[in-house]
Amino acid sequence: MKRLIPLLLMALLLGGAAKPALVPDVSQRRIDIIYSFTGAELLLFGAIVYPGGIRPEEPADIVVVVKGPTEPIILREKQKIAGIWVNAENARFRSVPAFYAVASSRPLKGLVDDRTAAIYELGLQNIQLSPASGATPEMQRRFEAGLVDLKRRGGLYVESPDGVEVSEGVLYRARIAIPARVPVGTYTAETFLIQNKRVVAAAVREIEIDKSGFERFVATVADRWSFTYGLAAVAISLALGWAAAAAFRRL
Amino acid sequence: MDLYLPIAGLSVNIFVIIGLGGLVGVLSGIFGVGGGFLTTPLLIFYGIPPAVAVASAATQITGTSVSAVLAHHRRQGVDIQMGAVLVAGGAIGTIVGGYAFRALQDSGQIDTVVGVLYVVLLGGIGILMAKEAAQSLAVLWGKAVAPPRARRHHPLIAMLPMRWRFYRSGLYISPLAPLALGFGTGLLTVLLGVGGGFVLVPALIYILGMSTRVVVGTSSFQILFVTAATTLVHATTTKAVDIVLAVLLLIGSVVGAQVGTRFAMKMRPEWLRLALAGIVLTVAIRMALGLGWRPDEIFTVQPL
Repeated sequence: MKRLIPLLLMALLLGGAAKPALVPDVSQRRIDIIYSFTGAELLLFGAIVYPGGIRPEEPADIVVVVKGPTEPIILREKQKIAGIWVNAENARFRSVPAFYAVASSRPLKGLVDDRTAAIYELGLQNIQLSPASGATPEMQRRFEAGLVDLKRRGGLYVESPDGVEVSEGVLYRARIAIPARVPVGTYTAETFLIQNKRVVAAAVREIEIDKSGFERFVATVADRWSFTYGLAAVAISLALGWAAAAAFRRL
Repeated sequence: MDLYLPIAGLSVNIFVIIGLGGLVGVLSGIFGVGGGFLTTPLLIFYGIPPAVAVASAATQITGTSVSAVLAHHRRQGVDIQMGAVLVAGGAIGTIVGGYAFRALQDSGQIDTVVGVLYVVLLGGIGILMAKEAAQSLAVLWGKAVAPPRARRHHPLIAMLPMRWRFYRSGLYISPLAPLALGFGTGLLTVLLGVGGGFVLVPALIYILGMSTRVVVGTSSFQILFVTAATTLVHATTTKAVDIVLAVLLLIGSVVGAQVGTRFAMKMRPEWLRLALAGIVLTVAIRMALGLGWRPDEIFTVQPL
């Protein structure tokens, strides 16, 4: 909470602005994946600065979005053909975020109108997936719904309608759980200040998630020196097998 | 205790993985098979990405087959010459398999092909083994007489040109036959993450007519080299070998294999074969049902 003090000082300085402003921060700018990584918790917090320092009757709302790096994918759909389930149809998406979590101080439905939600990609049905195939709109919708549902059940897409806590109408905080399955890369943490169904202020912070230590070493070697890595894997398994046989012969 | 797997990209409970390795190790010690046909499906069931499961299971089988090869070699149970021909075929098989794996992955049909191959192979071998074990048990109880073995090896084998003498196996056949057999098991190792012992052993006995004294040792010898080659092929093409996962599996399986081997010495081989047939058939039936049942996930994601 030490970091809140300068924030409050800034809040006082910024107090004269006409529109409410945001002073956001995140608990961690970097998340290291090490051997014991089972996920992390990201705390997004900060202050809302109202013009003149006076809180309005109806306090503003906060929406936070944490988004992972996007990647192009092929989504395949299984269908029952001749009695067995096989991959039949597929669709391409050019920009699928590996992770997407949205938290808000009130359910998104009553907070923003559809247009705003679409522009700022607020909510699971508003993620910009950039479909790239010439499929029919109806098939497109089926695939998009399937993809979001798959990611949601895998814990990679999360929507928490009351995940942001606003205290005294000024300070807000939201906890976002990052599961262990997330890929490495640059994540963005966006905070939106919402008043009268419109976004009045926004701020972005970047968070780096990377493997570190032994995990980083293994991943790098496997990627760059793949043949040596393969040889090492074979050597280790030979050594372990031999060692066990030798140890048990003595017993 | 949880541990993060750097290639699979998720954290697993190490005791579950070591226990899984141990279970498969005990089975492989008892039955003399690599146990890959159990490891790979179980790993996928646990949530490991299929490519990583197949690749890392191959690495694990290398480790478990070392002790088998050493033990058999000490009592002259390995026909190195025959083994070398099998390995040569296996090496070609793994390389072709590597390309086939890639092509199937790109067309999205790898899951179906793997599933169908498992059902056909395990089902076929399981039925053959059960029949054979039941027959020998019947002989044991005096209810039947042992059927005379009419021929040494399959007539097709005798037709192949360019015969070689394999002294330890007691064979005078064309090397093309074991080469083709090695090729087939190499292909299976890359595609299915199995050692191929459960295909190779019956094929060596019933198709080539190899002396049973050297069958298990020679098959382990071939599996050792082919799974090592498979690890290299996967490491360079699919980049799916997770060394941490393989080590965890190995810790369990090398110990389990030793325990299993000791247990196997106290059992009648006929019962062992019948039990193995039961396990193989169970896996085959479960896989066959899996193909027909509506899968949990209709949609699957493949990164481009």
